This record gives sequence, structure tokens and C-alpha cells, in this order.
Amino acid sequence: MGKTENQKAWFFVLPVFVLVAFNALIPLMAVVNYSVQETFGNNVFFFEGLKWFEEVLHSDRFHASLLRQLAFTGTILAIEVPLGVAIALSMPRRGPWVSVCLVLMALPLLIPWNVVGAMWNIFALPDIGLLGRMLNGLGFNYNYTQQPFSAWATLIAMDVWHWTSLVVLLAYAGLSAIPDAYYQAAKIDGASSWAVLRHIQLPKMKRVLTIAILLRFMDSFNIYTEPFVLTGGGPGNTTTLLSIDLVKMALGQFDLGRAAAMSIVYFLIILLLSWIFYAAMTREEGRS
Amino acid sequence: MARIALDGLRHSYLPQPQRPEDWALKQLDLEWADGGAYALLGPSGCGKTTLLNIISGLVRPSEGRVLFDGVDLTDVPTDKRRIAQVFQFPVVYDTMTVYDNLAFPLRNRGIAEPEIKAKVHEIARMLDLDSALARRAAGLTADGKQKISLGRGLVRSDVNVIMFDEPLTVIDPHLKWQLRSKLKELHQRTRRTMIYVTHDQTEALTFADKVVVMHDGTVVQVGSPVDLFERPQHTFVGHFIGSPGMNVLPCEVHDGTALFAGHRLPVQNPPKQPLNGQRLEIGVRPEFVTLAPEGLPVRIAKVSDGGRYRVVEALHDSQRIKLLVDEDASLPADTAHLRFDPGHTRLYADGWLVS
Repeated sequence: MGKTENQKAWFFVLPVFVLVAFNALIPLMAVVNYSVQETFGNNVFFFEGLKWFEEVLHSDRFHASLLRQLAFTGTILAIEVPLGVAIALSMPRRGPWVSVCLVLMALPLLIPWNVVGAMWNIFALPDIGLLGRMLNGLGFNYNYTQQPFSAWATLIAMDVWHWTSLVVLLAYAGLSAIPDAYYQAAKIDGASSWAVLRHIQLPKMKRVLTIAILLRFMDSFNIYTEPFVLTGGGPGNTTTLLSIDLVKMALGQFDLGRAAAMSIVYFLIILLLSWIFYAAMTREEGRS
Repeated sequence: MARIALDGLRHSYLPQPQRPEDWALKQLDLEWADGGAYALLGPSGCGKTTLLNIISGLVRPSEGRVLFDGVDLTDVPTDKRRIAQVFQFPVVYDTMTVYDNLAFPLRNRGIAEPEIKAKVHEIARMLDLDSALARRAAGLTADGKQKISLGRGLVRSDVNVIMFDEPLTVIDPHLKWQLRSKLKELHQRTRRTMIYVTHDQTEALTFADKVVVMHDGTVVQVGSPVDLFERPQHTFVGHFIGSPGMNVLPCEVHDGTALFAGHRLPVQNPPKQPLNGQRLEIGVRPEFVTLAPEGLPVRIAKVSDGGRYRVVEALHDSQRIKLLVDEDASLPADTAHLRFDPGHTRLYADGWLVS
């Protein structure tokens, strides 16, 4: 005991609590509140218990969106992480080109998300867009507004273009932090460049890559603006990812209870998967 | 095993060196005998690491050649030079075990597994690492990791020379002494040429048979620890080695005798020809200055305890002269006279010993 004199400290964290309450807790509790009730407007609510949760978890529509979401996130991670590491490895380590490369790499990250969506929308239009016209001119039957495969390919290309830079910058930071002595020792030990990558560069990049993968996972799982501007979820529902589905349900159908339950399930899935990723990637460190 | 010769070496990190200070190494001709234990001693920034990296091939010299047993290896890459190097900060491969770390240089050279196993166990025993072989290298302490770096050099049978670049910088003081005696022991056992870079004179003098003292991009003296102490070739050596360092007093020479502030001081190396226009100095170590009934009059400014002796700082006008006095000797209160041992008082011109 004897710690009562420190109770004053609570007073100093109070502002933070108030802020967190307003921007996170209160909205979240409102969603929880909606998720267990039914409303027909006029501010009249009926308690429904866990009915919406059961419906969401058993609905084919939710399963399909979740599957699309997992496919999207899995694909972009599988492309962006190796590609980002490869680009970071081939960037110059010192000299005047370093800043040129860094600025070029940072450019896509500076563009607002809806602008990225609009850019790619026009760029890929099959009749007037540079990319769309070119692909069709080369003999590919490409039309992202009508063919699911074209829509998916465009969506993934757009995300790779927009976000690989983030992985590159993080990986490059990790690489720059490796002291020269490691490369010199590897040279003396007669290591091949593959062995240098395998035993020096990748292990030293592990921490930043963990962060990169987590960030890309969470961001891509939440992605809304870009696919909404590019395809609006179509053709049909083929590119309707979780967030697009959620917005359709909440604002399109005004199905507040179902949408609230889905939000909570969505949030818990992200939390769970992030934790699994993090635990898997930091497991090794705890062992040594 | 090889004799290493450096022939007319000069190096600059600038593409177009103009002024003398553009050169990290000014002019260097040096030979390292096979199996010697050398220390490369000098203050930070004097070019020690540059010289080491030129020998190991990590840096290509701007001018001059590197010869191993008379064969020019200046353009031969590091991994073909048969050298090993231990760096200031321990380098281990984090994801590997201690065993795999030690086996790594052998595996890269395509040596058969049974031979690797024998070699790794032998070296691990020498370095007291045998109990840690199965552990992950990342979990070891700094001195354990530095032993691994050292082990990766020792494990190869083709190594001509092992170079150490201030290897004890990150080691705890009480382990420094242990690791240093381990190195000495390993040298006696393996008889490999070892070059040990340091700015710490204690490390250099205890490790090496021969010490190479560098200053400002040049080698100022190569000699045994006794040579460096008793016959410094340059005032820098006198000042840098020894604690406290050598007294360096400005002087003039008239008719072949040295005069300090008008007082005649006999020197061990009186000049044979006139030394016009050069900066003349007298160098004498505090160990060879004594209190005497007559001689150079001084005022005693400060006395400090140096363990078994006391360090006395005496002033002649504003010139400070240090001397060592026995712990229990009585000291005059204020003024005294100093005698300089003529056998150990030397004349230097522009920093260099007059011959």
C-alpha cells in the first residue's frame, strides 16, 4: 500500500481520457448499442439481443465479402512486400541519387486516396484511358467496368502502385541501419550475395518488415476510398470488399442494426488477425 | 602464412587530393614479418583503420602496392586474400547458432562437413565457447560475440593474417583483460600474424612484440615497447606513449650544445651539422628528471599521486616540466633544481630525433 499519494496522477491523464472517450469510446459504444437493437426510425428502438450477430455470421453476403477481402489483402501483401524489399535492395546506398530515389518513392504516398482512385479510373478506361486503350490495342480484351478479372487486376495494380513505396521506405530505413562492418565481415567470410541477404539483410530488416506488413495488412483490410472511386464494388458485387459492403448496408439500405453488428465483427477480425500476425512475427525474438 | 609488404602506399578518400591534409595516408613503406604480433597505435583519425582496410582489401589504395610474400595483391578482392578481420563492434549472424556462425566461413568455401565439425570444435575449445555452441549467437554478451568474430577468423586454416580493429571497445573492463590475455595466448599457440589496432597504449604494449605508431597519416616509429619508451623517434611518440608523457622543451643550439632558456643541457645526440631554420626541442621523460642540489632552477607548482610514485609539476618561467619522485621522498617546499639524465635527454628537430 502506501501509494495513495500518487492518486493525483490520475488528474493529469484525465484530458486524455476525455479525448479518447469522445473520439473512440462513445462512437464505439453507440455502434454496440445499435448492434443489439432494431429501429424503424422516429428514434424508436426495440431490443433484439444477439440476433444481428447471428444473422451477419450466417449470411452468405458477409462470407462472400470477407472472402474477397482476404483474397485482396493476401494478394497485395504477397506482391508488395517482396517487391518493396527488392526495390529497397536495388536503391543506391549513398550519393546524390539517394534523395532522388527517396522523393520518387514518396510521391505516390502523397496523393490523396480519392485522387488515386480517380486517376486510375481514367487511366484504365478501355475507350479513352492510356492503359485501357493500350491493352486493348495490344490485343487483350480488357474492360474493368464489365469483366471481374480486369476489375481485380486494376484494383491490385492500383494498390501496388500506391502502397509499395511504403514498404520500400521502411525496408530502406532498415537496410541503412546495418553497419558497414556486417558487409565487410561477410566479404571476409566469403559469403555470396544470397547469403548476405539471407543472414544479414533480412534478419536486420525483420523489425521494420513486421511494421510494414502490419500496416499494409490493416490499411488494406480497411480500404474503402480507392475501390469505391475505381469500381464502386462492381461489376456486380465482384469487387465489393468488406468496407464497401458495410457502407452499402448502413447508408444504402439504412439497416443500422445489421451494419452495426457487422462493424463489430469486422473490427474483431482485424484485431484478431493483427494479433496473429504480430505474435507469429515476433515469436522468434522471445525465444533467444 | 605470409610476409606482408606495403610499398609506397598513399591513400585519399577524395577523388582529386590537392593539399597534404587531403591524404588519409601520406606515404607508407612497411613490412610485417610472418607470425609477428603487431600493434598499430595512434590517436583516432590518424589513418589506422584506413591502413587496415587497405591490407584486407576493403579499401583500394590511391597509390602504391600491397604485397603478400612478394605477390602483388593490390587488386585482389578481400575474400581471395586469405585474411581475417575482427571489427570494433562484434559482428555475428543473429539467426544462426554459435556453431553455424563458426562454420559459416568454411561452408562458404565448400569444405566438407566432417572437417568443419572437427575445426569448429577445436576453435570453440580454444575460445571457451564449447558450452555455447548450440545457442543462438544473438543471445550472447558482447564479449561472447566478439569471441565468435575472432573464431570465424581462427577457424580457417588458410588465413595469413588476423587483424583487429579496436576489438575491445565495447567489452566490459574486467573482461578486457581476460580477452587480451586470450589473444596473446592464441598468438603463441597459432603463430599467425596478428595486427592489433588501438589508441590505447596499454593494450598495444601488452599485446605486441612490435608496435607501429601512427600520427597524422604517417608511421612515426616501428619498434618494441622498450624502444618506444626509451628511444622515441618523434616527439609525438614520446608524448603519446608513457604516462605522463615526455617533456618537450623548446631550445636553441649554439656551438653544438643545446640551451634551454639560457641553461646548458647536455643531450645524448648532439648535432653533427648545423640545424638552421628548424624547430628545435629537447625531449626527456619524467622518469629521467631528478631533483638535484644544482641545475635548472624551478618552482614547484603541483604534486599529484601516481600510485607508487608522485608526479611533480615544476615551472621554469612558464614552461611546465614533469618529473617522478618516490612516494616517500621529501620534497623542497617551493624552489628546487632539476637535473636531466644526459643519456636520456634528446634533441629533436621539427619533431624528429636528430641523428
